Amino acid sequence: MDFLSEHQPELLPGKRQLPPTQGVLEAPHGTTIVAVTFPGGVVLAGDRRATMGNVIAQRDIEKVFPADEYSAVGIAGTAGLAVEMVKLFQLELEHFEKVEGAQLSLEGKANRLSTMIRSNLGMAMQGLAVVPLFAGFDVDRERGRIFSYDVTGGRSEEHNFAATGSGSIFARGAMKKLYRADLTEEQATTLVVQALYDAADDDSATGGPDVARRIYPIITVITEDGFRRLTDDESSELARAVLQKRLEEPDGPKAALL
Amino acid sequence: MSTPFYVSPQQAMADRAEYARKGIARGRSLVVMQYADGIVFVGENPSRALHKFSEIYDRIGFAAAGKYNEYENLRIGGVRYADLRGYTYDRDDVTARGLANVYAQTLGTIFSSAAEKPYEVELVVAEVGETPEGDQIYRLPHDGSIVDEHGSVAVGGNAEQISGYLDQRHRDGMSLAEALKLAVQSLSRDTNGSEREIPAERLEVAVLDRTRPQKRKFKRIVGRQLARLLEADGAATEAESSEEENSEEE
Repeated sequence: MDFLSEHQPELLPGKRQLPPTQGVLEAPHGTTIVAVTFPGGVVLAGDRRATMGNVIAQRDIEKVFPADEYSAVGIAGTAGLAVEMVKLFQLELEHFEKVEGAQLSLEGKANRLSTMIRSNLGMAMQGLAVVPLFAGFDVDRERGRIFSYDVTGGRSEEHNFAATGSGSIFARGAMKKLYRADLTEEQATTLVVQALYDAADDDSATGGPDVARRIYPIITVITEDGFRRLTDDESSELARAVLQKRLEEPDGPKAALL
Repeated sequence: MSTPFYVSPQQAMADRAEYARKGIARGRSLVVMQYADGIVFVGENPSRALHKFSEIYDRIGFAAAGKYNEYENLRIGGVRYADLRGYTYDRDDVTARGLANVYAQTLGTIFSSAAEKPYEVELVVAEVGETPEGDQIYRLPHDGSIVDEHGSVAVGGNAEQISGYLDQRHRDGMSLAEALKLAVQSLSRDTNGSEREIPAERLEVAVLDRTRPQKRKFKRIVGRQLARLLEADGAATEAESSEEENSEEE
């Protein structure tokens, strides 16, 4: 990034002049991202909808990306800027790894992302915010970790589960009731699908599983074996199983009262 | 004012070439060669941390003989060039040919500029293709010329003798274990024809493996995996190498 800013500063998101705008600029926005840790790793997943005002801009957008072998970013906010930010972030991690011959620590990666979000503050104040969720497997501590951000680049580590984007309040509520410390990898992936379903249920900007078009959430798992994105078959199976249960119980599994 | 001695341009260039060649010859040689599933880099390197081979981009690897600080400088330049290219355009737009051209320009400029001493390095830039026919290997000597190589190439101190040895014995479609064995044999022959043993700990081995599912095909072969490959006998090679692939997946 230092090299870029010296040689081709126009490629950096934060270095552009902002034209004055009137009113809200309409651009596609990504919506809900959820993450949950389980013993041995972390799951990061996102719905597939992008909205522009009250219009669905895209039904099958992909909002969860591998950052490198052991981490992934899920993006909520202005899609175009967010995708560019992720691309630059991936580039930086890979570049560092190749030049130094070693990977950045997970904390280091999280801090780097924080700086990049902060450089976007000007855009964020004009309504083009990017708020990602960063999840990774910490090779030194041997566990999955989640970091959430705010528009100013403030970084905080989340324990157990986290969500970002417009449907995040509903997703967080669902995860709060379903989370337990001894989840298996498969249970964790089911949990995120449940949470995304609840988010789509109550938030108009979040897309639910689309059986007709075969569009299902993107689910990624990071363990000590590295990053893995569930295949379309795997995620459709999970989404269909959840959907099947919801046909009987529309509000999802019931947690114990006491 | 004293008049400087006249040195003819031919003589000046020859002196510089001689200087660079001597510097390169002090370093240990290394070998880059094609095998069935990609390109293998083999060299003798007592250091675990200072690599002679490294990844430049998805399908492109880099090997260098000579002075460490000089080729490390070039390597970082190459990584920057490749990453900037890939970010500005697309990952597919980064090619070994482009990179080799940049290196040739850099080396050539340094070699012919009177203000700088010539770099005492010889580089190899290799790109693995979808098929063995798509593989590209470029050798870049100290003066900035480019040589397009096929099959196998050696650079460093004893390079001529080693390439001669390899040219006779290298064939297309070798397995990784076979290629590795041949490379080690060629490296362990001294100038006077005697052979010496190179222990596995002193070997640096890396591959560009086209069968890797990831985008980034470069991989170092170290420790147990290297020992197993070296032990594999010619006859048992096929079975061993397929087993090798399975254990890699684990």
